[in-house]
Amino acid sequence: IYTKEFFLERLSYWAFVSAAQTLRPIKPPASHYLVFLFNSVSLSPEYSLSTSSPHRSPPSHSHRCRTCNRWCLSLLTSSGNVRLRDLKLQRDAPWSFLAVGAQLVAANPVELAVGNVVRRVLHIIREEDLSLATAAVAGLDLLDASDDDEDVNGKGIGYPGMSAAVVAAAARSTLRPPSLQTLLEGTPESATVPYTSSSGADSESKTADKSSITRKLKHDVIEGVNQLIHEIAGCHEQIAEQAIEHIHQNEVILTLGSSRTVLEFLCAAKEKKRSFRVFVAEGAPRYQGHLLAKELVARGLQTTVITDSAVFAMISRVNMVIIGAHAVMANGGVIGPVGVNMAALAAKKHAVPFVVLAGSHKLCPLYPHNPEVLLNELRSPSELLDFGEFSDCLDFGTGSGSPLLQVVNPTFDYVPPSLVSLFITDTGGHNPSYMYRLIADYYSADDLVM
Amino acid sequence: MDPRRGPLAVPKVRRVGFFTSIEPSPETPRPNRSLSGPAEAITSSSPLSDSPSGQFISPVQIPPSRHHSDNLASRAAPVPVPGPSAFRRQLANDRALHVGSYNPVDSLLGTSPPSSNGEVSEDSGSLFGFQRSDSAKLSASFPNGGFDMTMRVRAPQESEAKVAIASTSDGRKKNVEASAGEGESVAAKPRKEKETKSLKEKTSKAERRAIQEAQRAAKASAKGEGSKRAGESSRPKPSKPAKQPQPKKEAPQVTSSVSEKRAVSVEKERRMDVPQTQMQYDDKSRVDKAKRRSVVEQTESKNKVELFLHLPQYERGNQLPNLSSNIFSLDTIHHAVYKVGLQHLAGDISGDNARCIAMLHAFQEAINDYTTPPMKDLTMDLTAKINGYVSFLIECRPLSMSMGNAIRFLKNQIRKLPVDLSEPEAKASLCSEIGRFIDEKILLADKVIVQHAVTKIRDGEVLLTYGFSCVVEMILLYAHEIGRKFRVVIVDSRPNLEGQKLLRRLVTRGLDCTYTHINAVSYIMGEVTRVFLGASSIFSNGTLYSKVGTACVAMVANAFSVPVIVCCEAYKFHERVLLDSICSNELGDPDAIANVPLRNNKKHSKTMDNNKNLQFLNLMYDSTPAEYISMIVTDYGMIPPTSIPVIVREYRREDLLL
Repeated sequence: IYTKEFFLERLSYWAFVSAAQTLRPIKPPASHYLVFLFNSVSLSPEYSLSTSSPHRSPPSHSHRCRTCNRWCLSLLTSSGNVRLRDLKLQRDAPWSFLAVGAQLVAANPVELAVGNVVRRVLHIIREEDLSLATAAVAGLDLLDASDDDEDVNGKGIGYPGMSAAVVAAAARSTLRPPSLQTLLEGTPESATVPYTSSSGADSESKTADKSSITRKLKHDVIEGVNQLIHEIAGCHEQIAEQAIEHIHQNEVILTLGSSRTVLEFLCAAKEKKRSFRVFVAEGAPRYQGHLLAKELVARGLQTTVITDSAVFAMISRVNMVIIGAHAVMANGGVIGPVGVNMAALAAKKHAVPFVVLAGSHKLCPLYPHNPEVLLNELRSPSELLDFGEFSDCLDFGTGSGSPLLQVVNPTFDYVPPSLVSLFITDTGGHNPSYMYRLIADYYSADDLVM
Repeated sequence: MDPRRGPLAVPKVRRVGFFTSIEPSPETPRPNRSLSGPAEAITSSSPLSDSPSGQFISPVQIPPSRHHSDNLASRAAPVPVPGPSAFRRQLANDRALHVGSYNPVDSLLGTSPPSSNGEVSEDSGSLFGFQRSDSAKLSASFPNGGFDMTMRVRAPQESEAKVAIASTSDGRKKNVEASAGEGESVAAKPRKEKETKSLKEKTSKAERRAIQEAQRAAKASAKGEGSKRAGESSRPKPSKPAKQPQPKKEAPQVTSSVSEKRAVSVEKERRMDVPQTQMQYDDKSRVDKAKRRSVVEQTESKNKVELFLHLPQYERGNQLPNLSSNIFSLDTIHHAVYKVGLQHLAGDISGDNARCIAMLHAFQEAINDYTTPPMKDLTMDLTAKINGYVSFLIECRPLSMSMGNAIRFLKNQIRKLPVDLSEPEAKASLCSEIGRFIDEKILLADKVIVQHAVTKIRDGEVLLTYGFSCVVEMILLYAHEIGRKFRVVIVDSRPNLEGQKLLRRLVTRGLDCTYTHINAVSYIMGEVTRVFLGASSIFSNGTLYSKVGTACVAMVANAFSVPVIVCCEAYKFHERVLLDSICSNELGDPDAIANVPLRNNKKHSKTMDNNKNLQFLNLMYDSTPAEYISMIVTDYGMIPPTSIPVIVREYRREDLLL
């Protein structure tokens, strides 16, 4: 459903928001979010001008945000998508790449993968810029004038927020830190419309050299994002390739929830002529386990569906617990389908390896606090009790004296790192204690808080 | 008579040395024996003879255990030559008489070894070994053992009679008549007579076969016992071990030789109480035999779970119509029992206490309507009848541990019936005993538990309970009644959703409830201050055997450092031990799991039907390790799980002899 065309149809800001909200119930795979983001990036030129009005942008916007915004702008302008210059639209839609990401994240904060992908894209942008910026350091002197202009205008100093030592060194060599804004505001058209005085100054200071750099940067970023899309789309296969190393003949494997990664993982082992048995916990109110079991059986695996309550009873005959993660936190904790913590505890009790499969986009650079509550989603009670089923015995007449009937139906469960034996990601197997290090590879430290 | 009493004195010594569990038996039997004296005199008359045997149960108990060991040994060594027991010679004369009458040899032999053991030291040793192995394995072992002892010690006739009972009970065939006849013929004799002849006679082919089988079974089930007395009488005992593995199935095989049958029956009786654990459904020959005899027609499910082949896995839904249509054609099963069986089968009665009470009431009714057939003994015939009922109930649904205990109690009561009671008196006393059991062991116990448990509920607490337990419900309601302010979290699980029943009752009474499913238990556990759980049984190693999912709840509570309080009546305690939930369990209807409210459910069920690879496992119970249990509230007070074996040991007798 979420094709590019789908998003292209929704050019207006409000349509975009609603589109973001439609993501909520359906939960498409992470690659869809990425496409979504990517589209929003490529579409954003139409709204780019709005950033020019400083009072419109939220106070929380930092220099870094501006930088991102500029990056978006540069991407957009250079991609040649800029066609509309509707001033009203500009005012109504404060827009930046980060804002797009924040919007998506806010649409469903529990979908941590969205934030992860946003951070990944930001990271790509930063990386590409870093490589270009180092190359462009030589030309920075020329830009001093334009930087001054911006400061005067009070638009914030466009410090790129890059952590690279190279850039820092380059900055030290010049009087001012290198401004990415100036680097990227290559196209005259975009500058002229949104900015009154500053853009004019920018455009004047532009050189042909700069615009080519900007173009290259944009190109590189798009390349990087495409790579990311491929990586996320292919993470199942990458993980599944390792199945043969972990599953042996005649093993009994317990899994819960419905995860495509797990499905591919098990099937990959099956294709390698390993014969083993799979126990699937049904995953009570949503019965994801039944879906998974169906898929497994369709692929020819020996599958037994058990009730969730039988997990402890069966764990003593299980050789390995394999689950797919909803998100992996920086401390090595896992957020997974509800009931996972129970299985992990039982596995720990019986010394059964508890293996978590997660694509790298599931890696969340946040440290959880009270994740059972804060990173959870309570679903409709109707999955457990029919509405009205207990209305006859509830006494509503007495006001304060009436008993309360609460129905709790969480979606996720948190497994502390101490219960996890192994993570298998598309880059190989890792200990829970290693997760923080992996995260440093994928995200830049500046993006951790959005 | 005199020789018997001699052994009686001995048992006291044994008590101190060995087991507490066995101890009580000697005490109770003594009075019986005094009675028995006259009874024996009477023994010439068949009906009376039976009753005394029942009474004497306890004193003789210890020796029979030893017999088992002897039997095993003898089986291992097929040579019939008896050990160098002097007593045998002495008794040989007496025996000859018996042998002549009919094949009783086996029974006699079986009885003889204990008599030979007459020396205290030997008996105690044998007992010790026996009990270790047996008691753990079989709940029934204790009472049965007692029974055997009585038989052996006493006159051969008694033993025979008993054997007959056992055989009838096991096979449900009515061998009773023959056995009864035998019993009459046999003159009552002191323990030391008997065996020598019988030993040699025994070696018919059928017997040997049986012995071999018994050996095999014995090896599997009771390794500890076997090795002891190879030298002693070979044949009577083999039958017993054979029964251990699977009492029911063996019966048909045994039929070839009457004597064997008797022995087998004795063994069976011992094991009767724990039928569900004994039957291993992955043994095809046995299953086939059981099928032939079964009242309930069961078709095996096509798609069995390999791990649970040892448990019955039948197709559901087709037995009920058959059974209900047969209700008038079956005369072997009393209608009240039949009704309870159907209710169990259909799931109309659930919950251990409810099932147990329903069963006992049905037995009450059946006993009321019972009339001893001519030429039969009430004790024997009634026991056989009860055994038939029990096996019917098992076919309907495997017995719970508590029901097994109740049945043991009932059989003990029947055995203990004084000889001189008239039939109406005996029936009345049995019924009142059953009523007393229900009142004291179940209803009153629940009240005591409630009183204890309520002291653990304070204002502002959040109590979590799992599924539906009537004791826990009573506790919560009572605590609410006396004005405690607390909140209840009810955790439920598919497929039975019993928690909704509890939820409805609590909400109706105005309690503040939270309802969730078992997957969310670690979400909700953070706010819980106490966990109250019901129990199906608690084993002597502290393992809690209860509704599936209980272990999960207890484990999560343990992980969150929330105290877990188990409420369990003491009559549910069991001297077996259990480590996991696989070996002993019950399987529910797999379709209950297969049918879920999925959007694409149709496809799902289709694939299920025709795909061998997809199975559904509906476990009914699981076992919770003792380490997750903080406290057990029982009618004897609040105890840690480590005290279970103590309770079982100290009070088991009392329960059984009540």
